[in-house]
Amino acid sequence: MKKMDTKALKKYAVRVRKHIIDEVYNASSGHPGGSLSCTDILTVLYFAEMRVDPKQPLWEDRDRFVLSKGHCSPALYGVLAEKGFFPKEDLLTFRKADSYLEGHPSMRNVPGVDMSTGSLGQGISAAVGMAMAGKLDNKDYRVYAILGDGELQEGEVWEASMAAAHYKLDNLAVFLDYNGLQIDGKITDVLSPEPVADKFKAFGWNVLKTDGHDIEKILEALKQAKDCKGKPTIIIAKTIKGKGVSYMENQAGWHGSAPNKEQRDQAMAELDKVLAELEVE
Amino acid sequence: MGIAEGNMMAVAAGMASCGKIAFASTFAVFAAGRAFEQIRNSICYPNLNVKVCATHAGLSVGEDGASHQAIEDIAVMRVLPNMTVISPADAVETKFAVKAAIEHEGPVYLRLGRLSVPVIYNESSYKFELGKGIELAEGNDAAIIATGLMVNAALEAKALLQQEGINARVIDIHTIKPIDVDMIVKAARETGAIVTAEEHNIIGGLGSAVAEVLSENYPVPLVRVGVQDKFGKSGKPDKLLEMYGLTASDIVKSTKAVLKKKAGKL
Ligand SMILES: Cc1ncc(C[n+]2csc(CCOP(=O)(O)OP(=O)(O)O)c2C)c(N)n1
Ligand SMILES: [Mg+2]
Repeated sequence: MKKMDTKALKKYAVRVRKHIIDEVYNASSGHPGGSLSCTDILTVLYFAEMRVDPKQPLWEDRDRFVLSKGHCSPALYGVLAEKGFFPKEDLLTFRKADSYLEGHPSMRNVPGVDMSTGSLGQGISAAVGMAMAGKLDNKDYRVYAILGDGELQEGEVWEASMAAAHYKLDNLAVFLDYNGLQIDGKITDVLSPEPVADKFKAFGWNVLKTDGHDIEKILEALKQAKDCKGKPTIIIAKTIKGKGVSYMENQAGWHGSAPNKEQRDQAMAELDKVLAELEVE
Repeated sequence: MGIAEGNMMAVAAGMASCGKIAFASTFAVFAAGRAFEQIRNSICYPNLNVKVCATHAGLSVGEDGASHQAIEDIAVMRVLPNMTVISPADAVETKFAVKAAIEHEGPVYLRLGRLSVPVIYNESSYKFELGKGIELAEGNDAAIIATGLMVNAALEAKALLQQEGINARVIDIHTIKPIDVDMIVKAARETGAIVTAEEHNIIGGLGSAVAEVLSENYPVPLVRVGVQDKFGKSGKPDKLLEMYGLTASDIVKSTKAVLKKKAGKL
């Protein structure tokens, strides 16, 4: 796979953000906040890191990806469409009764989706299973996942974490989308999972920290994850919920609500401006 | 309690063991599904006073899709010893059901939807009796036994059938467990044909509970309206109810089908 330059990746990320806004706007429902916060991570994974082939979505040697915070399907679908797994026009059918683009990712319906998710806490367990299968089969594929920080409140996350370290799953790299917010406010007000890094360290993981909106830093973290042997890696990525759309940034209210026409147009204008700036740079 | 349904249920059990009436609420999928075994072993087995308020039940959750649409919760909750299962039809019935749940000593599963539905009952005259169905409309050709948002669809179906000269009785079963055996047997005896309607898999829910009552007490032809053993999907609630055969016209069709069975033509 040929490496992509940072600027090209940044442009992809903006296009994905535009898809997110349009998907949620067209569906009049969905989760823009957390989708925008994990967009840069997903873009780097699919365009600069993972070994995948849109022409063979079920290729058995492909790297696997699990969106454990499945409600952020708009971001995953946006990236998969940009990558060529299915037509971009289909994104506008998101969440509609005659569409295959289910509200939460469905591996039986959507090309490129490796695991059905939506019930928080379960995706990371499935990623552990994929990494274990890779080891059992002596395959060199890697497994990636994105966890929500509110999702850390599910006990299953910690059961999965114990298992991943126990089985020395160094073929597993999990991003924590550390945006500080869940549906109803700050994670530290609802049920604090802190200290997060210390917990993962104590559970036997290789713990890295990065800026989840800095393409180069995400790439660097992924390289370090690959270099670490004998342990799974968690990349704690500091992010901003709603990143890229001014009025959505850091607003828990945009967790699961759709913009109206005016808000949609404003978001598009803001994102188009960023895209135009990237063109001239 | 955070996003930690299993923990929440057993915490509720602990509070109840210290004399509290504990209300634990989450999506029906995560209550009856994720926390099933906590409900079984920490709430129902010790018979603790926990009220599980399960919201977003059924297909009418809409766009969130199959992962969030509980269509099996009545089935898994009603098989638990000590559990009472309530599935109200509208806002008034829900209000009284909550009061009844508080007055009842022991575990209660209260099944609630997300979609706003028409109000059927008049608050000033409404009376909720745990374990007793409500005969909403008279009729002796067939009886439509419904629960939850399908009660309103049953009333609409009754009006449509009336236009064709078919007189259907309508019964609201708000308490699925313990079920009102007397009212169901009476309906079977007096009409000789039963249709059940629920926003749930036809396996294990109201239709099954009614079938159990009929086959042991007074077997008559039965047709079950409900989700035909498949997962839901994303879409607008009304569109989904239509796609999955959960509308008044589906109840009309099923009533005609059960009348054919009753006449020995099927
Ligand atoms: C088991 C489970 N419980 C509850 C929900 C409902 N739910 C969907 S998103 C969400 C909040 C998630 O917060 P976080 O993990 O921080 O996600 P992000 O901020 O990245 O959107 C909740 C509670 C769910 N999907 N699964
Ligand atoms: Mg969050």
